[in-house]
Amino acid sequence: MTVAAPLLAVRELRVRRGGALVLDISSLTVEEGTILSLIGPNGAGKTTLMQTLACLIKPHGGEFFFKGENVFSSHGLLQYRRMLAMVFQEPLLFDTTVFQNVASGLKIRGMNGPEIEKRVGQNLRRFGIPHLSERSARKLSGGEAQRVALARAMAIQPDILFLDEPFASLDPPTRESLMEDLEKILRQTTTTTLFATHDRMEALRLSDRIAVMNEGRILQIGPPAEVMNQPRDEFIASFVGVETILSGEVIKKDRGSFIASIFAQEVEAVGEVEIGEPVVFCIRPENVTLAVPPHQEATSARNVFPAMITKIVPLGLYYKVHLDCGFPLVAYVTGHSLEDLSLQEGQIVSASFKATAIHVIRKTKKN
Amino acid sequence: MDLILEGILKAFHLLFTLDPEVLGITLLSLQVSGSATLISLFIGISIGTLVALTEFPGRKLVVSLINTGMGLPPVVVGLFVTIFLWRNGPLGFLGILYTPAAMIVAQAVIATPIVMGITLAAIQALPKKLRLQILALGATRLQMVWILVKEARLPLLAGVMAGFGGVISEVGASIMVGGNIKGYSRVLTTATVMETSRGNFDVAIALGIILLLLAYFINLVLTHIQQRERPR
Repeated sequence: MTVAAPLLAVRELRVRRGGALVLDISSLTVEEGTILSLIGPNGAGKTTLMQTLACLIKPHGGEFFFKGENVFSSHGLLQYRRMLAMVFQEPLLFDTTVFQNVASGLKIRGMNGPEIEKRVGQNLRRFGIPHLSERSARKLSGGEAQRVALARAMAIQPDILFLDEPFASLDPPTRESLMEDLEKILRQTTTTTLFATHDRMEALRLSDRIAVMNEGRILQIGPPAEVMNQPRDEFIASFVGVETILSGEVIKKDRGSFIASIFAQEVEAVGEVEIGEPVVFCIRPENVTLAVPPHQEATSARNVFPAMITKIVPLGLYYKVHLDCGFPLVAYVTGHSLEDLSLQEGQIVSASFKATAIHVIRKTKKN
Repeated sequence: MDLILEGILKAFHLLFTLDPEVLGITLLSLQVSGSATLISLFIGISIGTLVALTEFPGRKLVVSLINTGMGLPPVVVGLFVTIFLWRNGPLGFLGILYTPAAMIVAQAVIATPIVMGITLAAIQALPKKLRLQILALGATRLQMVWILVKEARLPLLAGVMAGFGGVISEVGASIMVGGNIKGYSRVLTTATVMETSRGNFDVAIALGIILLLLAYFINLVLTHIQQRERPR
């Protein structure tokens, strides 16, 4: 992905509601043609940020540049709003036909008939719904309705597209097929997109960059792999799917690796730290390996602990195994492994993870 | 029983022979109530939409006043419209008391809060985010209001029905400000009252049936539009 000059840039953007600061963005840029996902729990400020950037909410302070120009002073709000499109969690379709819905943004812009026909037709085909053209928008399934909402947004050919949890109310198969089509369309059209979701898997799949939000702030922003594997703090770690988050203190160090005491157990990790420094270890469940004592093989993992299985939770294709090794640990195993090792609650197993598989958060370091 | 049967027979006779007096009364009823409804639609939908879409201090009070206004007793309206239009009243210079114009004014006063209240409820019942969606589609404020009114068109049609139904069947205000002058300001309801008081039950029943049929046919047309519009 080539990175051009930022299409959108904000500084010190603040929104207050009832006196409380609900949005506080010190800086954010979105490059043209890229997809930025905003992830965070409900109430993190994703929607407020989107609506502020779409000029649907007036901020209480800050600067906002679009294509290098200050939106608040030079563009005029209407002119700016006509460069964007937004899709909400609910399709919010008008009580008319699918065709008229997709045409609505174009009609608002005073576009003429043939051009409307062309654009609507093109977008109905893109989203695989030309057969619904004359159907009433009230007679659509949830997935169809959201396709119409997306087609309506894309018909405008927006310079920037805001997607506010557009898949949140859809069932998994519908979501999957719509996400696949949308991803293709966004890549083909190189539409700059801001995508809010509370589902990290959706974000991982669609984005060039991910921003993790909480309490109205952006806590971390970066490429998906970086945010997922190197979360900056415990909150981000837990939000991006790190199941085991352990606090400890460095007790020994040696040429790039060190040992921290965690619940009186010694755990080895990699990193430059100081002795006595408090650290947080993030261990992703897919990096933990389990073995049953007689079959135990030699391993390169530096951390091997006897552990008792406290709980096994099925998660569709795999199982989540909660362990007690003196500290809590979570591992993912497949159904096959569960059967082969005949894992059961209360059983003692050997749990191992590599020193390099631990993401270390240094607590003294100012984030 | 004879009385009712006779009344019904007379009514059909009057209808089918296109009795000029009855026809005149019927047309005037339609004209007065139709005009009053049109005026009430214009004022009621504009203000109802405005109140629905804006936040201002005292909004709750305004909303409760509108809702109270939906049940204005026609005689009270008649009383105040009479006072206003009285020779020495604030609007006495208009000289329209005891004319169909005065009846239109009184009926518009009755119908406007009904249309306003229903508009207010209809616009408020639309999803809040719809406004944001319309703005995000690039609409000006005026375009947004127009789209919202279009979205609320089915309940608004109910407002038209309720407004028209309220005034075509109203008698108190019409008789007070119109005076029930034969061939000039006599409408179906005022004529029915008069004929009943005179003991001319047959004519009264005939007028009553015409009134009922009229109300029925107009609502039938509006219901037809509403049901055709309802996508299902």
